[in-house]
Amino acid sequence: MWSAELSLALALTIPAVGGVFVALLGNKPNLREGATLVSAVLLAINVAYLVEIAPSEPTLVLANIAPGLQLTFKLEPLGAIFAAVASGLWIVNSLYSIGYMRGNNEKNQTRFYVCFCIAIASAMGVALSGNLLTMFLFYEVLSLSTYPLVTHKGDENAKRGGKIYLTILMGTSIGLFLPAVIATHFLAGSTDFVAGGLLALNDVQPMIAGILLIMFAFGIGKAALMPMHPWLPNAMVAPTPVSALLHAVAVVKAGVFSILKVGTYIFGPTLIAAAPSSEPLAWIAAISIVLASVVAITKDNLKARLAFSTVSQLSYVTLGVMLASPLAMLGAALQIIMHAWGKITLFMSAGAIYTATKKTEISQMRGLGKYMPWLFGAYTVGALSIIGLPPLGGSWPKLFLMQGAWDAGQAIMIVALVASSILNVAYLLPLSARGFFAPADEAKLKKQPPALVILPPVITAAGVIVLFFLIGPIRDYLEPVFMPLASAGAL
Amino acid sequence: MDFLVNLLPSGLAHHAPALVIVIPLVAAAVAALMPNGRLGWIVAMVTASLVAFFSLVVLGLVLSDGLISYHMGGWEPPYGIELRVDALNAVVLALVGVVGLLCVIFALPSVGDEIEEGKQALFYSAFLVALAGLLGVTITGDAFNVFVFLEISSISTYTIIAMGAGKDRRALTASYNYLILGTIGATFFVIGVGFLYMATGSLNMADIGQILQEQGHNRVTQAAFAFIVVGLGLKAAMFPLHVWLPNAYAFAPNFVTAFLASTATKVAFYALIRFLFSVFHPDVAFVELSFTWVFAAVGVIAMMVASSQAIFQTDARRLLAYSSVAQVGYMMLGLGMGTAAGLSAGILHLINHAIMKGALFMALGAFALHFGVRQIRDLNGLGRTMPASAGAFTIAGLSLVGVPLTIGFTSKWYLITAALERGWWWAVAALIISSLMALAYVARMLSAIWMESPPEHHGAKPAARHAPYMVLVPMGILAFANLYFFFHADVLVGLAEAAANAVTGGH
Repeated sequence: MWSAELSLALALTIPAVGGVFVALLGNKPNLREGATLVSAVLLAINVAYLVEIAPSEPTLVLANIAPGLQLTFKLEPLGAIFAAVASGLWIVNSLYSIGYMRGNNEKNQTRFYVCFCIAIASAMGVALSGNLLTMFLFYEVLSLSTYPLVTHKGDENAKRGGKIYLTILMGTSIGLFLPAVIATHFLAGSTDFVAGGLLALNDVQPMIAGILLIMFAFGIGKAALMPMHPWLPNAMVAPTPVSALLHAVAVVKAGVFSILKVGTYIFGPTLIAAAPSSEPLAWIAAISIVLASVVAITKDNLKARLAFSTVSQLSYVTLGVMLASPLAMLGAALQIIMHAWGKITLFMSAGAIYTATKKTEISQMRGLGKYMPWLFGAYTVGALSIIGLPPLGGSWPKLFLMQGAWDAGQAIMIVALVASSILNVAYLLPLSARGFFAPADEAKLKKQPPALVILPPVITAAGVIVLFFLIGPIRDYLEPVFMPLASAGAL
Repeated sequence: MDFLVNLLPSGLAHHAPALVIVIPLVAAAVAALMPNGRLGWIVAMVTASLVAFFSLVVLGLVLSDGLISYHMGGWEPPYGIELRVDALNAVVLALVGVVGLLCVIFALPSVGDEIEEGKQALFYSAFLVALAGLLGVTITGDAFNVFVFLEISSISTYTIIAMGAGKDRRALTASYNYLILGTIGATFFVIGVGFLYMATGSLNMADIGQILQEQGHNRVTQAAFAFIVVGLGLKAAMFPLHVWLPNAYAFAPNFVTAFLASTATKVAFYALIRFLFSVFHPDVAFVELSFTWVFAAVGVIAMMVASSQAIFQTDARRLLAYSSVAQVGYMMLGLGMGTAAGLSAGILHLINHAIMKGALFMALGAFALHFGVRQIRDLNGLGRTMPASAGAFTIAGLSLVGVPLTIGFTSKWYLITAALERGWWWAVAALIISSLMALAYVARMLSAIWMESPPEHHGAKPAARHAPYMVLVPMGILAFANLYFFFHADVLVGLAEAAANAVTGGH
């Protein structure tokens, strides 16, 4: 009965069916949230199984749409890890959503939870896709299903943000990503993800591969490589649970995950290294890292600051892929995991502060740490992880990326990574300092925030610490993806 | 489709090509005699069902047995009139038949709302004549017959467009403009046919093709080519001969717009392919030149110019009309590639475009039925007040952009692949840019539908309304087809490839 194929199909159907139940139970809020939580837990269990069996690379054909065109799932370690991050954090985030949405009396909650389910289903689709066509399809569904979430408030500001969101994401995907997919199909006769790189195996010239690499790097707008990043700060008009799970984890990570997967399985590290455009793209990623951090310092709005921080952190992954050395790519994969846990902590903290005090600007948040010590503690742990301090998970990707940059002969990129860490300190820690040490403006809080908005960031902050010590198993799990290619490249 | 063929006695199946034209022509006379609109509609409905059935029978016969040559009145071609059906026109015939039937179902509430009761029976009569004309153009193997049927369909089309005057008097000038231009186009076409007759002494298209192959070309046949391309190009709304189309679509009754958008230009485009490939030959130097320098060039210009014009329209149907001109450009580009892959991608888009525009115009018709929607700002809040129709509109709109999960994506995939095979990078760029412009104009309508709140009347929000089932069912079928044929793209791709191979021989 139970088989790998069934499990692959379930990864897509659990959240989708969950969405149907959420819609049906729309007028019974407690049962509705129960449906979300049950689907989240079931999905996480299912994905845990998928992580277990990923090295055997099972495949599942979803549909034969025309001769030579298939929608397929193919499990491999990278996708399994991304699915695990997204589904695991979905549980925590669902708890948080309940607290946040009820605590702030948001409207249209049923639509919110339904779209959330569809978004998670499409993130699973991106994670498990077996070829570019499937990946593109779920990538687009992810853009469309998150649009109602971004514009949830429905006011002018939300509409404006939603317009920029959809214009950039759809524009880049149709304008660059889609032609790159079709060109790949034309050059290689298929769009399957193949170990060693589909284009490399088809002996595509480095020049043409270089053009395609540019089209992928900018066409996958969800990776927010500058100058394709403005959709991300504009998506912050969404309710905070959306920013937390989708715009720190599922959507943006779907973007950089796509770049990593395309780099690993469509180009292959050798071809990326040979392509003339990889070095300029690495520079653009490095500039994105530094520039976005500088912009983040200028933002007083906490969510806007976190958004620019995300733009900066996403480019770590793009940088790792463009450096194309095994350790750099491993660092890129680790960054997907570690940054997700750190950044969701920060966003959930921002939302919790808003729920308790309705404050959005950092300058107004003085002294709040005394009233919400656990929350500010969680925030500080998340921030330190993003900065890259041991013993927190975020330190590993930086280490691997620096080593990878050295291996790739691009030692100069280490400077960008160090500069980014220093800038991270400058824009993330002031809030902790203000919260704990500055005198409070007001005598006390209006109300204590519900436990459901405090507990989730504490859980993820604890996760960040645990992840630091889990590096061994994670590294062993991911290494086979990158290492055999390295030996092939060296020959 | 063999089971359809088996339903008929073999004698009758043999006559299916003739019945496809004869039934609507006779029914048109019957409909004109009907005392009221409802009876007129019943006649139209029965006729359209029979036409859809027989057109599918013809398609089934062609796909299983190959070319059908039906001799009208038993006279041998090239002296008698021949109905000649290969995979190319069988596909177009089935498309017109099936979409025509869906449109007629939609007609009952829509026409009932927009046309005066006393004129409805006559309206259906004129519609059936137009349908017969379009089917006639598609099925006949005789060049002069093409002209006759083209005029039959055009003249009745002028009438039914002008019937929109009940709602907006500008329908009269729109129809008049179309009449003048349409007549010029028909004249050009018949002059071209005359030249061909002069040069070859034959009117049978296959026969002309053979004679031209044997005796070669001269100035007369070159002039004929130019006249025919302009004449049919005008009917197909080939840029820059499309100027009649936006107003005609914008002011005609909604039913007429839905019907014309998914059939009329498609039939003219088919006739163009037929003349290019079967009468003239794509290997002839001046025909080959025209592929790149006329059809591909004009197609790309249409994709750019008409798409950008669409972005700035305020009238919803005019917007979609400009989009149609751009979409004809996609088909022209596919044709202009001069390869079997390009032509089949063009034909695939012809089928897909009929499906998506049919659904879009029907949804606009549904909106017009309850809320009198004409302008884009009238679309505000329809996602809340008419969710089912708005959903169908959204699916078809996304299909127009080419979002995956819809047939629009399949069209683009095959067009871009064909362009890459031809090495035409600029065509790929044009396809992409035009898709982005489609995104812009579709997003304008969708954001009005879903993001704006419905206008308030005397402080009260309008109640949610459901379109009648006679609208929901055909619209739902077309919207569903937009999704279904993404997952079963092989069906339509197979038909398009068979159609293209019928005239190119597969290379």
